[in-house]
Amino acid sequence: MRYSFLSLLTNGLTGQKGWKPAWRDAAPKPAYDVIIVGGGGHGLATAYYLARVHGIRNVAVIEKGTIGSGNAGRNTTIIRSNYLLPGNEPFYEWSMKLWEGLEQELNYNAMVSQRGILNLYHSDAQRDAYARRGNAMRLNGADSELLDREGVRAMYPFLDFDNARFPIQGGLMQRRAGTARHDAVVWGYARGADRLGVDIIQNCEVTGFIREGEAITGVETTRGAIRAKKVGLAVAGSTSRVAAQAGLTRLPIESHVLQAFVSEGLKPMVDGVITFGAGHFYISQSDKGGLVFGGDIDGYNSYAQRGNLPVVEDVAEGGMALMPRIGRLRLLRMWGGIMDMSMDGSPIIDHTPIPGLYLNAGWCYGGFKATPASGWCFAHLLAKDEPHKVGAAFRLDRFRTGHLIDEKGVGAQPNLH
Amino acid sequence: MSRLPVGGLIDRARPLAFTFDGTLYRGHEGDTLASALLANDVRLVGRSFKYHRPRGIFSAGVEEPNALVELRSGARREPNSRATVAELYDGLEAASQNRWPSLDHDLLSINGLLSPFLGAGFYYKTFMWPAALWEKFYEPVIRRAAGLGRAADEADPDHYEKLTTFCDVLIIGAGPAGLMAALAAGRAGARVILADEDFLPGGRLNAEALEVDGMAGAAFAARLRAELDSLPNVRVMTRTTVFGVYDAGTYGALERVADHLPTPGPFQPRQRLWRIVATRAVLAAGATERPIVFGGNDRPGVMLAGAVRAYANRFGVATGTSTVVFATNDDAWRGAFEAQRAGARVTTIVDVRREVAPALTREAGALGIRTLLDGRITGTKGKLLTHVDVIANGRRERFATETLAVSGGWSPSVHLTCHHGGKPVWNEALAAFVPGTCPPGLEVAGAAAGTFSLGGALREGRTLGAKAAADVGHTSPMIEAPKAQDTPGAATAFWHVAESVGPAFVDLQNDVTAKDVSIAHREGFRSVEHLKRYTTLGMATDQGRTSNVTGLAIMASLTGQGIAETGTTIFRPPYTPVSLGALAGHHRGKDFRPVRLTPTHEWARAQGAVFIETGAWLRAQYFPRPGEKDWLESVSREVTAVRAAVGLIDVSTFGKIDLQGPDVGAFLDRVYINGFAQLGVGKARYGVMLREDGMVMDDGTTARLSPEHYVMTTTTVNAAKVYQHLEFCLQVLWPELDVTIASVSDQWAQIALAGPRARDVLARIVDAGVDVSNEGLPFMGAIEGAVMGGVPARLFRLSFSGELGYEIAVPARHGAALADALMTAGAAFGITPYGIEALGVLRIEKGHVSGNELTGQTTAGDLGMGRMASTKKDYIGRVMAARPGLTDPDRPSFIGFRPVDPAQRLRAGAHFLTPGAVASVENDEGYMSSVAYSPHLGHWIGLGFLKNGPSRIGERVRAYDPVRGNDFEVEVCSPGFIDPEGERLRG
Amino acid sequence: MRIPCPYCGARDAHEFAYLGDATLTRPDPAAPDAEGRFFDYVYQRTNPAGAHEEWWYHAQGCRQWVKVARDTRTHAIGGATLARDGAATSGDPA
Repeated sequence: MRYSFLSLLTNGLTGQKGWKPAWRDAAPKPAYDVIIVGGGGHGLATAYYLARVHGIRNVAVIEKGTIGSGNAGRNTTIIRSNYLLPGNEPFYEWSMKLWEGLEQELNYNAMVSQRGILNLYHSDAQRDAYARRGNAMRLNGADSELLDREGVRAMYPFLDFDNARFPIQGGLMQRRAGTARHDAVVWGYARGADRLGVDIIQNCEVTGFIREGEAITGVETTRGAIRAKKVGLAVAGSTSRVAAQAGLTRLPIESHVLQAFVSEGLKPMVDGVITFGAGHFYISQSDKGGLVFGGDIDGYNSYAQRGNLPVVEDVAEGGMALMPRIGRLRLLRMWGGIMDMSMDGSPIIDHTPIPGLYLNAGWCYGGFKATPASGWCFAHLLAKDEPHKVGAAFRLDRFRTGHLIDEKGVGAQPNLH
Repeated sequence: MSRLPVGGLIDRARPLAFTFDGTLYRGHEGDTLASALLANDVRLVGRSFKYHRPRGIFSAGVEEPNALVELRSGARREPNSRATVAELYDGLEAASQNRWPSLDHDLLSINGLLSPFLGAGFYYKTFMWPAALWEKFYEPVIRRAAGLGRAADEADPDHYEKLTTFCDVLIIGAGPAGLMAALAAGRAGARVILADEDFLPGGRLNAEALEVDGMAGAAFAARLRAELDSLPNVRVMTRTTVFGVYDAGTYGALERVADHLPTPGPFQPRQRLWRIVATRAVLAAGATERPIVFGGNDRPGVMLAGAVRAYANRFGVATGTSTVVFATNDDAWRGAFEAQRAGARVTTIVDVRREVAPALTREAGALGIRTLLDGRITGTKGKLLTHVDVIANGRRERFATETLAVSGGWSPSVHLTCHHGGKPVWNEALAAFVPGTCPPGLEVAGAAAGTFSLGGALREGRTLGAKAAADVGHTSPMIEAPKAQDTPGAATAFWHVAESVGPAFVDLQNDVTAKDVSIAHREGFRSVEHLKRYTTLGMATDQGRTSNVTGLAIMASLTGQGIAETGTTIFRPPYTPVSLGALAGHHRGKDFRPVRLTPTHEWARAQGAVFIETGAWLRAQYFPRPGEKDWLESVSREVTAVRAAVGLIDVSTFGKIDLQGPDVGAFLDRVYINGFAQLGVGKARYGVMLREDGMVMDDGTTARLSPEHYVMTTTTVNAAKVYQHLEFCLQVLWPELDVTIASVSDQWAQIALAGPRARDVLARIVDAGVDVSNEGLPFMGAIEGAVMGGVPARLFRLSFSGELGYEIAVPARHGAALADALMTAGAAFGITPYGIEALGVLRIEKGHVSGNELTGQTTAGDLGMGRMASTKKDYIGRVMAARPGLTDPDRPSFIGFRPVDPAQRLRAGAHFLTPGAVASVENDEGYMSSVAYSPHLGHWIGLGFLKNGPSRIGERVRAYDPVRGNDFEVEVCSPGFIDPEGERLRG
Repeated sequence: MRIPCPYCGARDAHEFAYLGDATLTRPDPAAPDAEGRFFDYVYQRTNPAGAHEEWWYHAQGCRQWVKVARDTRTHAIGGATLARDGAATSGDPA
């Protein structure tokens, strides 16, 4: 059902009893045109765009738990397109544009909030590196501004300008960036895909792949065998585990844990997103009032969905160095998500060497912002068997050919990206 | 006053004054803010998050959802502080929050009228029309209305510290089970830490009036505490919350050192973060009482029954002039009896059960308490509770009461057992989740394990304490368990009064009602995670302590599944919220990270240096002189002095690695792209090393001091990384090589001396017999000798500036003396100290690459050093560097730039476009990496990367820098702006 | 997490730098398909959920590279050996 003033009014007056499930809890059919493995934001967005853009509606999204229970629900909700490299920036800017029209398209308020992201710099060399990035963003049609120290102070006067170990010299601002309500993105895409006929099948874990010769023609699941002409994996965090069942036992991916943090609710104090590179810290404030913040990954292979104290302390130190007024505020919740850390820090949307199997993986800690464009490009690949032009650099064979997309320049060491 | 005339563990001889919303009140030492407010009949203490409904004190512990206040004021303002655990001190200031204009009259309580429209999921369905209004209108309004307390506006003035400690057995919680566990483990001789969040150990022994070994529970707790204090191997830490279980027996704990004081004492931290490494742990965290969901269950005056009992027994406070109890279990009856005996007037007990033990009704009758079985509270009245509506045996009644004490049973505090991913297990008999798989080394005792009788908790604590000690090798005869009430009370599972009138709250703080749960159910948000996220159930500062289980029980009844099948969310750290200040410790302000100072720091300060942060280092940026109008003038003078005469700069920050052994040459051949095995003794060579992926990792010079002794320099920023890499190569890749390395970065001070008069200066400080002539120490020569009268030194003839140059290394303690000696020796030649700005200008003029070019994204080919790479050997990165993506001739490569209009200032970060081309990513041809004003040339110069750069010398390209508003043409030129033939440095 | 450094004893993991998979062997650069082998060595990982052998470098201690056996699902450490001499220590106290 469509959400409108009228539906809200009617339901308000009738005890909210008229609402229908946001999406059908579908049971698997024997066969589909396309199966997407993974009911996170990327998988659901892929199904939605397959149906809406490509008219492929005989699609199932299968999820081992409940939709949005992986990294889609375990991130810091930032959306931005402030990338440097030509392999990345067009993709993320396309994602930004999709975010900008998402809620009207889905008829779902995902609270896409363009309150801006500010990357602080602390030296002339960092300023110039950000200028290079800001200029690259402009060349891609994105917005960027280079602020000096006073420009930053006018925006965030409470940062530590007077006593900082790494004095703030300015920042790179992207005003169109911001945050979105992560769960609502999942639910909005699920509802949108469902309305177009996509089956969303929860509590359905892949236990194997059905093969005909070389090709994959379906999946074995805890809810039985399901056949499909094409199978797309969108299971970041678990990519190696699931792909290994299809015979892809070695991939340019390691699984790492990233912790994120929320404070108790507070009256508004941080309007947009601030990142503090010298302190490995970034922060925003949710509409509910919690400060949402994070820092580096823990830095060792992990599937445990939990981290350790050194990173917790490191993040808090960054927070206190940047904003010494937060000392008496309290950390309320922290959680760990498992990241597909790729070997160059950039994602993969590509065919695999196995016919019928397609891969959407390697999102590192940046998958949330990519959700719309990832779905868009993966749907394009699945529908047309060729990469979409804004995601064309995310090839699986780039590690072999050397066409790397290494934003940080740290090489083939995932825990440094 | 609701303070009872006698009783409680407060010190009536020590009155304390405090204010709440500006009104002065009095309490006693031993009070919490909540008990003192109740003693002063303050019943309205807060407003709810969403509907701004009036709320009162609900609990007596960390589970408090309602009584959140801003504690203290000014820079020490602590929003969202639970009044129920805030220890009272003289002068305490507290204020209600999330209300306007006042607590009593809160305009946003209008939201309550809109509540029929504001159910779960409301926000997701609206505010979309028109789209532009979201950021401009809807969201700002929502943001202002949301949130709870206000953060302080100023920096936190207090200090925090972090400590690590070790023990054999950590006991978490000093209630009956924890005290006994500590005693058993302590007497056995184990190193024990007993941590308790309260300021008074004892847990429920203090809140209840049950006897242990014939004495009052509180007295028993005090006796045990005294014995534990007497054991040298036991440490009792009060006001200390263990908030997280991490790997390998590491526990995070927060000690509130001075939160019970107006301000911390001198040199006292406010709080202390403990990392406790324990071989074994016993979790004895007790249990949390559950409310029952019914209409109007949020009114001030509705409280947990155990809290009413605690306020009466521990604090000597009657929570109202009259009390009705609404319960599902025997324990609440016992509490009612205790409260009645203590003097709080309990009028009625309403129990959902049709039958209870006759002894209970008999005792109630004896105490004058009316009992109503098969009863339910259906609604409440009053802004502050005045009446409750009851249905019992089919009959409806309304009673007047100020307090409604509610008990839906107890939930074991299993939180820490989940910190490694273990899921609590539903126990149907207990109607509670009990611990599932625990973190390694941790066992659970007492109520936290579902052992709800006092005798059972004491016994289980003793047993697990002894077992933990035995596990680490401390055995002793089992101590006797004290005698106490030994049968857990009967209870029934009951969650929600179906006949409720008015909103029935599940999560009091987030205003989630039973109706919201049903909306979530209707819309398909039925899994625990979806329920939680869609309704915000359990997401408030109380972390759902009083709401999670009831919420999912209501969902289970809607789906028709059992609670076990519905599942539970698992708990993650922190157990209770932890201040960010404590987690940061002293790492803030200037102490955020250590500062590394060069050996000549004080010397540079005396020379008037301006310092700048460069990574971990503080380095001299430039040395201004009186009359110079800006940094550029100073830097240009320094550059000119080096080109014309001589200058010196401390380069000790470079990484310095000593390599010794017969295989060093072979080793270096494998880590550098160019050859080192054939390097002559007394010679230095510039080298480039790659990562195994083929990108340049670092560059620097390495000198051979003797056949088996080399010294390497690395860039400042990569010093640690290169050293680690070399150790990896030696220990992992090629252990057969006989090479030993040591970092000597901190052991040697190194000063670069550059300029045409450098040799003249150097000659004056070397000891007799050290030949620094062009023959004795030719370009790229490296010799050992003594300077300044016997100070051992290494002399390298190197040049980063393009001038005749030396680097002189002496033991670090002689660094400042060396600088002084050079200044003295060079005075006659106009020697000038220069900083890293001038160093940068000199290297850019000479066309050397530096950190701006060594981005980790550049190949040796990109940097114009492809020809250095040996084809006669293997080296790290060689194979991968040959991949097509790294050898593509279209890759932007290193080249120089000068402005077409010499007045234009170049900017690093500008991108290059072919003139006339549209500014788009397709036409992006590279970027400017480094720029400087060249005093030698009289205009700005730049280095950068340009597609086919070296073949485009003389061509004009557009330097496009929209973020700084620049867009003009530059000419491609050789990166060697000065002395391209290198005559100066060989002279 | 605590790493049982064979040289220094158990130390908190924050003293160490992590590199990753320790089952890889640097290929023979002279092999005919060296580029393919190096691609596999540098980029391809099995990334197991379970037992993992991995390199940790005791940067703030003895500067030794330590091969650690650790379970990536539980972080439980089975043991550690020095890269250089293979001396083993046991892992988490059981």
